[in-house]
Amino acid sequence: MDAAVAEKPARFETVMTPAEPAIMKERKPKIVTEGVTVHYGDKQAIYPLDIKIPDRAVSAFIGPSGCGKSTFLRCINRMNDTIPTARVGGRITIDGEDIYDPALDVVQLRARVGMVFQKPNPFPKSIFDNIAYGPRIHGFARNRTDLEEIVVNSLKRAGLFEEVKDRLESPGTGLSGGQQQRLCIARAIAVNPDVILMDEPCSALDPIATARIEELIDELRENYCIVIVTHSMQQAARVSQLTAFFHLGTLVEVGDTEAMFTNPQERRTQDYIMGRFG
Amino acid sequence: MSTGLLTLFCAAAFVLVWWLARSRARSIEQANRGQRLHSRPVYHGVYVALLTVIPALLVVVAWAIAEPFYLSKIMSAALPPDVAARPAGEQSLVLLVINSLADGWSRLTAADIAQVREAGPDVQRMLAAKDIFLPSAPEGWMVDIARDVSQAKSVSRLLATGVTVLAAVGGFFYGWRKVATGLRARNLVERMMLLGLMSASAVAIFTTIGIVFSVLFESIHFFSMVPVTDFLFGTVWDPRFSAAGSDSSGQFGVLPLLWGTLYISFFALLVAVPVGLMSAIYMSEYANERVRTVAKPMLEILAGIPTIVYGLFALIAFGPFLRDFGGSLGLDISANSVLTAGIVMGVMIIPFISSLSDDIISAVPQSLRDGSYGLGATQSETIKQVVLPAALPGIVGAVLLAASRAIGETMIVVMAAGIAANLTANPFEQVTTMTVKIVSQLTGDLEFNSPQTLVAFALGLTLFVITLGLNVFALHIVRTYREQYD
Repeated sequence: MDAAVAEKPARFETVMTPAEPAIMKERKPKIVTEGVTVHYGDKQAIYPLDIKIPDRAVSAFIGPSGCGKSTFLRCINRMNDTIPTARVGGRITIDGEDIYDPALDVVQLRARVGMVFQKPNPFPKSIFDNIAYGPRIHGFARNRTDLEEIVVNSLKRAGLFEEVKDRLESPGTGLSGGQQQRLCIARAIAVNPDVILMDEPCSALDPIATARIEELIDELRENYCIVIVTHSMQQAARVSQLTAFFHLGTLVEVGDTEAMFTNPQERRTQDYIMGRFG
Repeated sequence: MSTGLLTLFCAAAFVLVWWLARSRARSIEQANRGQRLHSRPVYHGVYVALLTVIPALLVVVAWAIAEPFYLSKIMSAALPPDVAARPAGEQSLVLLVINSLADGWSRLTAADIAQVREAGPDVQRMLAAKDIFLPSAPEGWMVDIARDVSQAKSVSRLLATGVTVLAAVGGFFYGWRKVATGLRARNLVERMMLLGLMSASAVAIFTTIGIVFSVLFESIHFFSMVPVTDFLFGTVWDPRFSAAGSDSSGQFGVLPLLWGTLYISFFALLVAVPVGLMSAIYMSEYANERVRTVAKPMLEILAGIPTIVYGLFALIAFGPFLRDFGGSLGLDISANSVLTAGIVMGVMIIPFISSLSDDIISAVPQSLRDGSYGLGATQSETIKQVVLPAALPGIVGAVLLAASRAIGETMIVVMAAGIAANLTANPFEQVTTMTVKIVSQLTGDLEFNSPQTLVAFALGLTLFVITLGLNVFALHIVRTYREQYD
């Protein structure tokens, strides 16, 4: 570990494993970043970072605590804007469109890039109103019937409908932790995003609820570009097709998940995956 | 011995006992060839010191409560039958004379007493020179009773001192003999601490109970003279201060006062709730750190301004301004009006609402805001639809707290709304409130058993019931909805 911490590369070359990941050949890139940096005040949290994230696949960000993976995730829907001291540099495009373009409406961007947080955070409203929140704000539904359809569809896609169909009016905070997290996923799906960002979505859940969410992520990958930050290497191995390893604010290695876990190129990636640090 | 010296002596005794017992615990430890004590010597010291002081204190307190009862019993037993038969009001005057005389007995010489007995013309002045102020010259039998009472008092004091010292010494020896390696002094001191804390909260509770009951009993006294229904449903407030002996007692309808109170509070909340709430939202959600560090204390200074200053401001600046402004619009606004008092009072309670709401809004978890922003909501949508609903119970509590503050306010109303008890819906006219009438009924020449005075207690009770109800309601709301986002 000591060697890994001490040796900070002068240039931030990201190793590709294999040189051209198979998943990138199968899918078109959805999110492309060039030289993204993040500063919190004077402290640099992310060093120039280039990555291509494929559409209709699950990409996992792994790495030890404080390596910048969550910070980078929050750049993709500009959630870092809500932190006064945060500054983001470089270029991030989604479908070729620069999301830090001053002409772009952040609010519209966040509707296209949904987010699921570490701790389930249902609003103190009914289950129905939790899901209907986004569609109402963006005026997706012309009438009550439309809205009900959106709510039911979202709940079905999040695999929660059967469990809550009889109590849509009861508070969302009354559900179990796993159900709450699926409610939050349904809430994100309801605004019809292209990308879903998940920031350690299972870290507050028990193994059964975690398995249920992983199953859901696997289903959702048919239709969405999913990016998941996780502390669990097994989870990354189970759900993702692309894995990116972050360390000390740099993207060390990125590649097909299978290749990353069986044959990592970088020594730091090896050490982390083998559990030697982190 | 003066009280200060006595306190000093007690403190010194406490420290001395503490030191002695601690040393004893140490020497016991050594005598037992270093066998460890259960508790550190310090705890043994505290334990014995507390055992010495607490029983003595209890005796002093008990004596201070019981002695007046004992003395007044002696006094009433000694009263001549014709005096004992008089009504309580006159009797209390006689008892006052005897008491004052007995209190100053030690300062009187035999010659003085003889002079008092002779009832010379200058007796009152002579006694006043010796710090004994009497409402009327004492009669001979009063002097006898005063002597008896003063003697009984000195005996009682002597006895009290004896018992107190005995209790202290007894407590000390009890504790002293218990100091041993196995004594769990640490746990015992812990328990005594608990008792001390409990008795501190008991003081607050019993004071409340005492106030409630005294107000309640005086109110019952009042309602024996004026029927409850006349008080609660009467629409006229006209408590004539009748000439002694005439039985025209006036009318005591509380409705005009209740109406005035609620009407003014309504206007106050009309001003304070929107302003306070919006400033709270700005402070907690939009303002940056620099603005907040300056603006928040400024706002809170409003709460520190004495209400009489607000009243002054209403009386000489805002009231006339409102009157002239109304005049220019063709409205007939009295300088003292519901509107003036309501607006000024509203300004007064803005900081209550804004400061409490600010804390409550800031306590809404950031994760809820993130969730809302993550769905593409704007900041104001997030505040309206997520933050405020989550903070609502607390905000309602803050508003109700401010309301009970407004209802209890007096000074602003006296100066800004006047003292005329009108039952009117016109906000430009004078009204008055219950608190103002409590003050005006209790100032001036008093006859304590008349309904004119006792009505103050009935008003106080009504006010108490209203604010208590509001507070209970506020607590209920806060409790019911509090857990929603936890």
